[in-house]
Amino acid sequence: MVLVAIYSATVEGNMLDTVTPDFWVPAAVLGVLFFALHMVIRFLAPYSDPALVPCVALLNGLGVGFLRRLDLAEAPPADRADYPIFAGTGGRQLAWTLASVILAAALLAIIRDHRVISRYAYTLGLAGIVLVMIPALLPASISEINGAKLWVRIGGFSIQPGEFAKLALLAFFAYYLVRKREVLSLASHRFLGIDFPRGRDLGPVVVVWMVSLLVLVFEKDLGTSLLYFGMFVVTLYIATERVSWLIIGLLLFFGGAYSAYLLGATVGGPFANFYDRARIWLDPFAAPYGEGYQLVQSLLGLGTGGLFGAGPGAGQPTKVPEVHNDFIFAGMGEEIGLFGLSALLIIYLLIVERGLRAGLAVRDSFGKLLAGGLAFTLALQVFVIVGGVSKLIPLTGQTTPFLSAGGSSLMANWMLIALLLRISDAARRPVSGIDSSRPSGASASAPAQLHGAPTEVIRP
Amino acid sequence: MNAPLRRVGVVVLVLFGLLFANLNWVQAYRADAYRNSDYNGRVQIAEYERQRGNIEAGKTALAQSKASDGELKFLREYPFDAEYAHVVGYKPVNLAATGIERTENEFLNGTADALIADRISDWFKSEKTPGGSVLMTLSRRAQDVAFKQLSDNRVDATRGAAIALDPRTGAVQALVSMPSFNPNPLVSHDTVAAEKAYDKLEKDRDKPLNNRALGEVYPPGSTFKVIDAAAALENGYTPQTQIPAGPVYRAPTSGTDIRNAADSICPEAQVTLDDALTESCNTGFAQLAVKLGGEVIKDKARDFGFTQTDLKVGRLAGANADGIPVAASETGEIKNPDGGDDPAALAQSGIGQNNVRMTPLQGALIAAAVANNGRQMRPYLVQQLLGPDRTTNHYTASPRELNGAVVSPEVATTLQGMMVNVVESGTGGNARVDGFRVGGKTGTAQSAEDRKDHGWFIGFAMRPDGTPVTAVCVFLEEAGPGGSGEAARIAGQIMRAVTTDREGS
Repeated sequence: MVLVAIYSATVEGNMLDTVTPDFWVPAAVLGVLFFALHMVIRFLAPYSDPALVPCVALLNGLGVGFLRRLDLAEAPPADRADYPIFAGTGGRQLAWTLASVILAAALLAIIRDHRVISRYAYTLGLAGIVLVMIPALLPASISEINGAKLWVRIGGFSIQPGEFAKLALLAFFAYYLVRKREVLSLASHRFLGIDFPRGRDLGPVVVVWMVSLLVLVFEKDLGTSLLYFGMFVVTLYIATERVSWLIIGLLLFFGGAYSAYLLGATVGGPFANFYDRARIWLDPFAAPYGEGYQLVQSLLGLGTGGLFGAGPGAGQPTKVPEVHNDFIFAGMGEEIGLFGLSALLIIYLLIVERGLRAGLAVRDSFGKLLAGGLAFTLALQVFVIVGGVSKLIPLTGQTTPFLSAGGSSLMANWMLIALLLRISDAARRPVSGIDSSRPSGASASAPAQLHGAPTEVIRP
Repeated sequence: MNAPLRRVGVVVLVLFGLLFANLNWVQAYRADAYRNSDYNGRVQIAEYERQRGNIEAGKTALAQSKASDGELKFLREYPFDAEYAHVVGYKPVNLAATGIERTENEFLNGTADALIADRISDWFKSEKTPGGSVLMTLSRRAQDVAFKQLSDNRVDATRGAAIALDPRTGAVQALVSMPSFNPNPLVSHDTVAAEKAYDKLEKDRDKPLNNRALGEVYPPGSTFKVIDAAAALENGYTPQTQIPAGPVYRAPTSGTDIRNAADSICPEAQVTLDDALTESCNTGFAQLAVKLGGEVIKDKARDFGFTQTDLKVGRLAGANADGIPVAASETGEIKNPDGGDDPAALAQSGIGQNNVRMTPLQGALIAAAVANNGRQMRPYLVQQLLGPDRTTNHYTASPRELNGAVVSPEVATTLQGMMVNVVESGTGGNARVDGFRVGGKTGTAQSAEDRKDHGWFIGFAMRPDGTPVTAVCVFLEEAGPGGSGEAARIAGQIMRAVTTDREGS
């Protein structure tokens, strides 16, 4: 079943190309790849959620197909018919998929139990912060692309460490919050009907808030800071079950963003970029060939697609700048229309909800937090970029998970899926299996503590 | 921790719901607005995927699309450069289309409803069917003569217009506005260069982009006397009726003296109506207009097509029938503030001055109505619409009347005689064409205090048996002395070209 779904889905994704005699090759490569992954999963995580991999594979396949379609559009018409399969962005994406899938499989093989991660939580947390900081501290010549300092460019490669930092930080958050959650949730005083936490417990939230604002200011990237912050607030909320955290988080974020907007308007400097983006969002047609060009073209592409789209391969997605990365959703929207995009959204939703489902079912708190955080991060990222290209929220540079060209994003998101698979495997595994699969190191102090932690918080 | 996880699930659902709702807004509700946005280059590229149909006259393409390299697959070409620019128009990449290229755009680019069958058959073919072709009413010979003669006019006028139409149908045989322009640079795929070319034309002091034949109005001068004469004939006058004339006339209340173009013209106290028209007697017609009254003159002018604001010259009927808009010709109020006739204004208006303004097309329509025994036909440019296979006929013009019977056949016949006299023994001598009965009326109109006068000629040619062949109006802006004579000469050339074309075919 799973096998068929993967195969047909990827074929579907790649049929999107103009039909040439070797149109099936990328699909077959992906099919073999995902089949291999499936076998690995059968072997390493036999009880994992069967819906996750096919969904991701479909998205990934569609992404490769669409990128290849873009390569074809950019190639001179004469060369299109025999355009090499492994060339261009599509080919590179195919290679990255291979690497990512191997990485995901390796991750599954190494981490036989997700609770192992919690042992390295502080290391991961530190690594995460370092990863976030690297591009901000590096000179712009190495780290800046299109005005955002998110990259580390070495030779022909460019890596977005932020994509990986996301996962590391999340693991750290989950661990930290599981440790602190009683304190955070119990010690509070009531004000205006909302439970406010103690000042010193507020510390980490403020720290993360500061970090995300730093990202915003120095790396000029609202999307990533929103992502980190949203990720943290939501894990905090899951851990403590306190709505007050959500309210505080939202207030802090909107307060920060709004003051950045005001500062950008008056002071300029590091906030100017943010102010510009907000202004473009409010009226993209003010400078249709200038600043607003990307968003205008994105909207026009989506609009031209209409309900049913121009048909795969029949639109002109290359009109949208950055259609390989940030605007891939707009580019695809032109060709597959509202119905196609809705289907894509539903696939994302399915992945996210299956992830949350794994969180619900898993029995340990760390796993719950991790799964919930991972799933929500994915959802938030989709929301930020899709909302951005369709002018629901200000546009921020984010990749579209599994679709956009780019190794970092693809790898990080496959790792995310591997973790979700691992957690869902633990969740769905028959109870008798837990003990046998528990790693021998489980008696180590920190995880042991976690295992004993009650699932439900005692209500005051 | 399961409750908040569930709530997060709900939040995610809400977020995705927002995305979905917003995509609906963008892709369904606002889709058309975005799709047709000026900033959207996509529709354009799609438009150039299909070979645009030809615009043709006499089996020769006036506009055609040739395959080209690059993003846009076809390049529009106008083989005759400036000659047909104001009729055919142009279809640029980014700028607005004009002329027939605009009005028949859907048929030419193959998206018209009539061509649905061809689009469906495209599904089964690798190449897109070209758009349909538009066949124009224009006579290539007449257009050629009109364009060349107008450009090489002997009074060195730089601006002007000429239009010829078939009085029996309204089919436009020639339409030239001077100065013209070469539309080819405007349709260049290099949109920056195209915009530069457009800006240059736009800034040109002679306004080459303006369609002077249809879109501009000028004081008609003495050509308006045909309308006075028509009104007089309908009110009991005959060509032999004596009307007061004289060397100078001043309207009862005030106003400036009205004189004749030369002292030799109607210095006597009375002339016949016929002679007054033949000689173009200003004092006679000024007094005639005052005598008849403002309402009578205005009504007659309206009958001939003045004040019509919604006239378009293009296709006569069918879905999305559209055309090149025609400016409304005006007589002005000709009234005092208290509502009564203003004799001074009326006297001036009677000789086509004051606030009277008309388009060259209107001039031709006056001549055409007279020539066609009082029945004025609606002017049109599109003769036929041919499908991409060039055999399926999607439309053939069926002429229809514009303003019904403008004057009675009797009055029309009388007017024809009087206008023939103008050409045979009066001011319009230059317009004569051998073997045809040519009638007409010259006009010299003051444009402004310190400017030279406009020269006009409106006229018609009919076979000896009385069948009208063509009605022409030639206008030379600020032509100065001899302008109307030169206009008559050019009109004669155009009429000769039409008649040869007719005899030949």
